[in-house]
Amino acid sequence: MFEGDRSKFPEIKDGRPVIDLDSQKFIKVWQGPQHPGVTENIALELTVSGDEVVELKTHVGYLHRGFEKLLERRTFIQGFTIVCRICVPEPDTNEYLYAAALEELGNIEIPEKALWLRTLTLEMSRLASFLMWIGGQAGSFGMGTIGQWSVAHRDFILDLFEELSGGRIYHMYIIPGGVRGDIPPGFVSRLKKVLRKIDVLLEDIDKVLFNNILFKKRAVGLGVITKEMIDKFGVTGPAAKAAGYDRDLRKDLPYLIYNKLDFDVITGSDSDAFTRAKVRFAEMHQSVELIRQIIARMPEKGEFHTKLPNVLHWRIKPGETWVQAEASRGEYGYYIVTDGSAYPRRIAVRGPSYSNAISLLQKLAVNTNIADIAGLMVSLHTCPPEIER
Amino acid sequence: MSLKDLISPFYVWKRAFSKPYTTRKPLKERPGANRYRGFHKNDLEKCIGCGSCEMICQNAAIDMVPVEGIETQYSDSGLRPKIDYGRCCWCALCVDICTTGSLTMSNEYIWINSDADVFRFVPGNENKTWDTVEPGYQRSEGYELLDKARVEMKMLSPEESIQSFLEMVKGYAREEAEKEAMRCVECGLCIATCPAHMNIPGYIKAVREGDLAKGIELLYETNPLPATCGRICTHRCEDVCSLGVLGEPIAIRWLKRFLIDQIDQSELKQKIISDYPENGKKVAIIGSGPGGLSAAYYLRKLGYRIKIFESEEKAGGMIRYGVPEYRMPYDQLDKDIETILNLGIEIEYNRKVGADLDFRKVYDDFDAVFFSTGLTVPYKLEIEGEDLNGVLDGLDILEKFTRGINLELGKKVAVIGGGNVAMDAARTARRLGADVTLLYRRREEDMPADAEEIQESHNEGVKFITQAIPVKLEKAGDQLKLIWNKAEMVDQGAGKRPRPVPLEDEIHELKMDNLISAIGQGPDYSFLGEDISNKLKFHRYKVITNEYGQTSLLKIFAGGDIVNSTADAISAIADGHKAAKGIDYFLNRN
Repeated sequence: MFEGDRSKFPEIKDGRPVIDLDSQKFIKVWQGPQHPGVTENIALELTVSGDEVVELKTHVGYLHRGFEKLLERRTFIQGFTIVCRICVPEPDTNEYLYAAALEELGNIEIPEKALWLRTLTLEMSRLASFLMWIGGQAGSFGMGTIGQWSVAHRDFILDLFEELSGGRIYHMYIIPGGVRGDIPPGFVSRLKKVLRKIDVLLEDIDKVLFNNILFKKRAVGLGVITKEMIDKFGVTGPAAKAAGYDRDLRKDLPYLIYNKLDFDVITGSDSDAFTRAKVRFAEMHQSVELIRQIIARMPEKGEFHTKLPNVLHWRIKPGETWVQAEASRGEYGYYIVTDGSAYPRRIAVRGPSYSNAISLLQKLAVNTNIADIAGLMVSLHTCPPEIER
Repeated sequence: MSLKDLISPFYVWKRAFSKPYTTRKPLKERPGANRYRGFHKNDLEKCIGCGSCEMICQNAAIDMVPVEGIETQYSDSGLRPKIDYGRCCWCALCVDICTTGSLTMSNEYIWINSDADVFRFVPGNENKTWDTVEPGYQRSEGYELLDKARVEMKMLSPEESIQSFLEMVKGYAREEAEKEAMRCVECGLCIATCPAHMNIPGYIKAVREGDLAKGIELLYETNPLPATCGRICTHRCEDVCSLGVLGEPIAIRWLKRFLIDQIDQSELKQKIISDYPENGKKVAIIGSGPGGLSAAYYLRKLGYRIKIFESEEKAGGMIRYGVPEYRMPYDQLDKDIETILNLGIEIEYNRKVGADLDFRKVYDDFDAVFFSTGLTVPYKLEIEGEDLNGVLDGLDILEKFTRGINLELGKKVAVIGGGNVAMDAARTARRLGADVTLLYRRREEDMPADAEEIQESHNEGVKFITQAIPVKLEKAGDQLKLIWNKAEMVDQGAGKRPRPVPLEDEIHELKMDNLISAIGQGPDYSFLGEDISNKLKFHRYKVITNEYGQTSLLKIFAGGDIVNSTADAISAIADGHKAAKGIDYFLNRN
């Protein structure tokens, strides 16, 4: 993308570029913490020479709400209302993992129907999360119209969540013991209708984004994550799949009813921003397909919640567990330690955003054009709230 | 790059003319979904102010506050949830945990006001537009956070139970007790209702957490007869239990019994501190029923020298002589009594004040007197033939049986009455092999006996004849013949209970070997002597006392069935405790 070989500029000493601001060859630019091109509250400290980024430092901490500590001061049932806030665009993964961990520690088996309903909500929220992402991805390259379309379609899914759970953003639907309610009457037909709308939308996006010379010019070759970097930085999810890694927890460690669903792990090979977008785009189609499979095969009747011990005095015997699930951005995990009291001893939330973005972005940004930083960052699909638990 | 990549993006124009997705208020309203978690609604009539919503709220957004027009009652704390929308996170756990189902949510979500204080409000009390809105979040059917079903108590089957006088209720095992204790929401309505105000949520918590020592300590704080009350208490606490609104109340009585059953007599003696220093003052207690024992226990703890005068050969009063062994085993009663007497309380058996000893002397010799002599004189049927051979008194046969006197009942027995004594007499007769018929002048739902006693009597094969008014008793050979009249219930207007009125041409006969009359009993104050009796104040046949159990003669305190209108063991225990405080206050003030 740059003329000539500028990879040796500036001079690198002890692994860091030698930047002499007084030389007037460099300027420092702050992008964020409030910046439309940056996903939520994160600040990028850029050192640029001309329009080329020579160094990028990420600054996090603007969104720290102390969730993990807060959860230690809440009873198990109260924690259920907090975890969804850890990742706003995709709260259900948090709800599921929190519930699954407590069920494992508390020896609670949940009914079959709840497994199906949980899978349904996880796929719906994956789709909603990707719809939000694709708007950001297109918008960061100047194609805001796509964002308008996709966010409106995300709202159709939020409408469905509102019907199912009573909340659009914080669903608080997956509760320890199962889910809080069965699907309401007529829900399936409305869901099918929304899926058909999304089919059409995806077709349109394919035409205007993936067959778009501007997008290709900017995204192809941008932010290539090499195979070595994947394991070194702990990259998971579509970013790893785009590098050719056939890794998906839904297949590798099937949870809920994923082993009953028919799907293949989508991979790419070029590992640049364009391939990552392609993989995510294919996963959107896959989610639509999985939701169709779920509503076709989900048992109509049956219990959806199993009786918990009285939640006001619920104590869980000492133990620890690590549960994982595949979120839209990659591997998501909850580590919970219980000590026999009514409160968790420790909850550690590991979202994929930290490993997928913070230090990796510092590497990938070097030598890219400053205008592509936003697009590069969105192509890593970060969610700062889950970095700062 | 291809030509297609150049042309394809123009496809974006396709959607330029499609309908916009957005809606704009107020041009267009967008109602929330049917399950939307919008503003709270509360049915104030249904709500009992248990405070479970306040307890589960992780944001401390709910406060229980008094509300004008809502009276505090036994089954209602009089408080209602006040919600702070500056804190609420709309999780609806308050709706999920609500014990009565009164708290729900509407699907309304727009509320604009420039005064921030209005967003702290009592749902249901402030006439909000959404109070009548139908849709909104409610608990789904099939989703419950609270366990509505009680852990079943193992009991002897009716076939087994009528073979012997073994205790019918087997008691909870530890696991069962812990599970039952787990159901409690700690609302405390039970504390307010219990005449003795026992710390019920406290000892239930002790059961739940396996802290038996703490549990027993809490029992003795307000009730020195836990083994007794754990068996035969009238458990009004359970009647108001918030879990009972939509499900079965917590088995509070059985949990109390579980706690005290876990500790044997010798261990219990060590647990209860017995060497309280004496303060040099003496109190006489007449009657060693639950009231007398309770007063003795708490007074002794306060340092008084206690002497109990008991007319019978054993202590316990009506609990021993009026309650059969299958409900109240004597060894369990002895356990309670011994623990109390172990505090260094003197008791004189077979010493009837008024006969063996003058009340006046007791009055003069002691610094204060507490009497709790109970209701001992049976009411008469007031019908012809009542004095015939074979007509017995219910209380009398229960007492005789306790003493081990052979009753020699005939094959066919009839019992008249609908109270606990009638049931116990009927069931005792069943256990002795008789064929028992019970007659009551009103309907079964009007019977003053405990519901479970009525049910168990049915189970054990006691035949019930209700709305039966006894008219006359006659001799019929070796047997007795009861002539009774079927009655109809005549409404007496609002607030009054219906009255049985005899039906014409509905005269029936019943033949039996023995007839047991158990239609209630009254007090006997003759032991007080005329002088003292004249100075005490009475209402109907009850002694009038102040809130400390003090009578109009300042040195005399009274309690139990002769004072309170509920006439049960727990009220007597409460009276004893109350009087102990009163006597202490009275004697220390002087």
